[in-house]
Amino acid sequence: MSSTPLTAPPQESAPTQTGDRVFSGISRAAGLVILAALAGVFIFLSIEGIPGLFQDEGAYKGNGNFLGYVDTLLFGTVLSATIAVLVAVPLAFGIALVVSHYAPTWIAGPVASIIDLLAAVPSVVFGLWGINVFAPKMVPIYVWLEENLGFLPFFKAPVNPVGTTILTAGLVLAIMILPIITAISREVFNQTPVLHEEAALALGATRWEMIRLAVFPYARSGMVSAVMLGLGRALGETMAVAMVLSGAGGISFNLIGTSNPTSIAANIASQYKENTPATLHILIATGLVLFIVTFLVNFAARWIVARNERKLTR
Amino acid sequence: MNRSSNRLALVPGAAALALSISLTACGAGNETDANADSGSDTTTETGTLSGELNGAGASSQEKAMEAWSVGFQGLNPDVTLNYNPLGSGDGRTQFIEGGTLFAGTDSYFSDDEGELTAANERCGTDIIEVPAYVSPIAVMFNLDGVDSLDLDADTIAQIFDQKITTWNDPAIADQNPDADLPDTPITTVHRQDDSGTTKNFTDYLGKASKSWSYEAEDAFPVKGGVAAEGTSGVVAAVTNGKGTIGYADDSQVKDAGLSVVNVKVGDEYVAPSAEAAAKVVAVSPAAEGRSDTDMAVDVDRTTTEAGAYPVILLSYLVACQTYDTAEDADLVKGFLEYVVSDEGQAAAAENAGSAPLDADTASRAQEIVGAIAAK
Amino acid sequence: MSLDTAPDLAPAPTIPLTHARLPRWAPALVAVVTIAAAGLLPLLLGWGFVAWVLVSVVLFIAGLTIWSAVVETRRSAIDRMVTSLVWTAFGIALVPLVSLLWTVISKGAPHVNGTFLTFSAFRTSLDQPIGIYHAIIGTLVITICAAVISVPTGIFAAIYLVEYGKGNKLARGITFLVDVMTGIPSIVAGLFAFSMFTAFFGAGYRAGIGGAVALSLLMIPIVVRSTEEMLRLVPNDLREAAYALGTPKWRTITKVVLRTSLGGIITGVTLATARIIGETAPLLLIAGLTTRTNTNPFDGFMTTVPVFIYSQFAKGTKADFDLAWGAALVLVVIVLLLNIAARVIGKIFAPKTGR
Repeated sequence: MSSTPLTAPPQESAPTQTGDRVFSGISRAAGLVILAALAGVFIFLSIEGIPGLFQDEGAYKGNGNFLGYVDTLLFGTVLSATIAVLVAVPLAFGIALVVSHYAPTWIAGPVASIIDLLAAVPSVVFGLWGINVFAPKMVPIYVWLEENLGFLPFFKAPVNPVGTTILTAGLVLAIMILPIITAISREVFNQTPVLHEEAALALGATRWEMIRLAVFPYARSGMVSAVMLGLGRALGETMAVAMVLSGAGGISFNLIGTSNPTSIAANIASQYKENTPATLHILIATGLVLFIVTFLVNFAARWIVARNERKLTR
Repeated sequence: MNRSSNRLALVPGAAALALSISLTACGAGNETDANADSGSDTTTETGTLSGELNGAGASSQEKAMEAWSVGFQGLNPDVTLNYNPLGSGDGRTQFIEGGTLFAGTDSYFSDDEGELTAANERCGTDIIEVPAYVSPIAVMFNLDGVDSLDLDADTIAQIFDQKITTWNDPAIADQNPDADLPDTPITTVHRQDDSGTTKNFTDYLGKASKSWSYEAEDAFPVKGGVAAEGTSGVVAAVTNGKGTIGYADDSQVKDAGLSVVNVKVGDEYVAPSAEAAAKVVAVSPAAEGRSDTDMAVDVDRTTTEAGAYPVILLSYLVACQTYDTAEDADLVKGFLEYVVSDEGQAAAAENAGSAPLDADTASRAQEIVGAIAAK
Repeated sequence: MSLDTAPDLAPAPTIPLTHARLPRWAPALVAVVTIAAAGLLPLLLGWGFVAWVLVSVVLFIAGLTIWSAVVETRRSAIDRMVTSLVWTAFGIALVPLVSLLWTVISKGAPHVNGTFLTFSAFRTSLDQPIGIYHAIIGTLVITICAAVISVPTGIFAAIYLVEYGKGNKLARGITFLVDVMTGIPSIVAGLFAFSMFTAFFGAGYRAGIGGAVALSLLMIPIVVRSTEEMLRLVPNDLREAAYALGTPKWRTITKVVLRTSLGGIITGVTLATARIIGETAPLLLIAGLTTRTNTNPFDGFMTTVPVFIYSQFAKGTKADFDLAWGAALVLVVIVLLLNIAARVIGKIFAPKTGR
């Protein structure tokens, strides 16, 4: 350790300032690179996408205009991502807590590795697993839902006999975003200062109370980050949704039917193959819409967190 | 002290590791071998070409392209042929922009959006468009206790238009007196992505039946039914569902072991096969207003020719008559000559289940691609 | 407080310091009873295995919570319920994850062998075997290039956000835009790289570096976000202690802040790598597809493992699928190795802590 003396020899007011300046310059430059890259993407998307708002009627495939074309897709995107997040978040926090606070190390270590591995499975493979293994297994459950809860608008007949419903797609998405939410929240749970935890326990808190009072407040911002990353992935996931979802329908809350709205990203992947210049502009314009949606969602999340934090600090 | 010096020692270690990886990464185990032994087992008649030949386009041709690239590389071991199956639309766009030397497309260049003119401009002369890949589209189904069905175009159109909704509908039962049809609801499966298969299938329905009121399009026009991504998605959906019916490239349907509909042509019911598909191409008229080097045809969907199967996909290869360099011209010429040759067509038939071109078409195509030259 | 159930405390006249606890074997007992009780369902009503498991779980949670509420305190009951719920979530989540992993392993393992790993897909005759060597090299080259672009950019940007920017306008702007960046669909990133490179180098330009640029767009936000979180968690006491010793800010950051959060940062980078290594769509557009091995990211087509998998699936015959599953398994193993490497590196560099 002695090779890097923390109390540096006293020759330096100049060198350290230089060092500081260089280092902060590099950091700032990195931030600016990100801005530039995003500006590049945004400008490109706008240049290529805005003409997509004003194409001939025929190019919108019977939807009249761009709004009519994109609203179904937007609905599908939000619906599938919502299902995914609703299902994945509690499970992911559950796994993360088990790994960080409940399980003995010999379980926690391997489980954490397995989950990290799953982040790498290509979405094509998720798609294949989804359509060949998962979707058929869900059909009996959908039939049961229709028979018993068919009075709800979510579970209307006829049931999709292949199982390629938006609920299936949402669940596959949930499985895909589990690893990323789990991994990040696990890290932040682990970062809770041991002293806080021990103090809580010493005051007689049960393990859950300790987690609620010491771990969660400390990890809140990280947990929101994790959820947002997961949501971002769910909104933008392309191949798995395209492969799993039977997505040629309109706006519908029926989660188990054959005609589901598809998502923006999946639609781009599907329709990209036989594009003409007109449809390509439209597809890129839908990409721009997705961009804006993620922006708004993130904005909302940040705002909520900021408000909560203000409350807490008071 | 110890820890930091360890850390410093890691850096050259990591560098050495990276270097050794990059050094061992020189070539795959087979690449040099392959070159050596193909030199011995193919005493080639074409001159030995070399270089990289890049194309992009229809994914329907991918399996055939695999056979062609392997065969062409076998004849010319110093050539690498790359075909990027992005889809016909992107294949055409990249060809127009000069990104690729040739393109594969399921629907011939048209001037609806100015693509033909743009392509001609790219080449400087009229483009070459030759049929390369003819494949039957099978209508396959999955219904307990039924192995084979006979249907006419009208019935198929009404099924896919959601007009006939149960399997024991009289329209189906009348044509299949022997089949034990259950009252299972029919679930149609169609392509979710835009595809040449859909365009050809809807073209058939539109022309051969009176019950189909939609245009031939890359996107399936009817709402309802299950949509699935790609040929393999359609096959998987039909296989996994009950009472499902769909359409897909015949070779993949056969692979999956699904039951296939015999389609009514004239007075008889014909099963999809390569020979039956080839018969349709032979009787189909050329598309109107095309140049001499453009072999685009409008497939005759209403043929009554005995044993013909008109539900086919016809895919083209597109190239220029002249290229800037002799190397490019020789590569494209050599490749296209190989593709339309008997040998090339036989290789595709074996690997992709396609129908070989008939002799007249092949010899005309051979003549056209034989004229490719440098500027 | 039901004191009578805790006889050892009964005589004490003062306020008891402990309350009654369920015996250690209580959860096990409840588990056995509920599984047996729920087991009647398949026997009597003909319900399936899944229903049995579900009913058992619900009964278990309810049973243990109620027993605990009766015997112990309400707080303990909640604690026991949450513990059961957390483990249940864990169990539920593992089912599909394990199923998926099992599918990949069982379908992929039979096809992975020496030929598969050392041959490329270049063939001169259809009966030759092919492998994925070219795709593995392509994946490594493109991923390393993407990481070289993204990791420094991402980490430095996060340092700027946490250590230097501290809520100024630029930092807030960057934070927002990074959030937006997480929502870029991969295919749009591919379109961006495609149009940029074709604008600079001509319409036919296809090379690995284009893929790397597209992937960095997807990788940077993950690196920034996870690094940012980790840096924020470093207690300010540590920074202040370092400053108090006269350490310059940049050395405080490199020697104290980064070192403290290194484990988390490495996890973030590994995750980001794992996220992009399986990406298909952008690479199809800009990196091309070839059957030969190419080690130069700046010239020539390059195939990666996911693109190889995708193209095999698109071809669609049984033999093609076999190769695809084998390749999927190889990809998972590559990521496993990356993970292990990251952990080892993390261990070497990380400071010793209480954990």
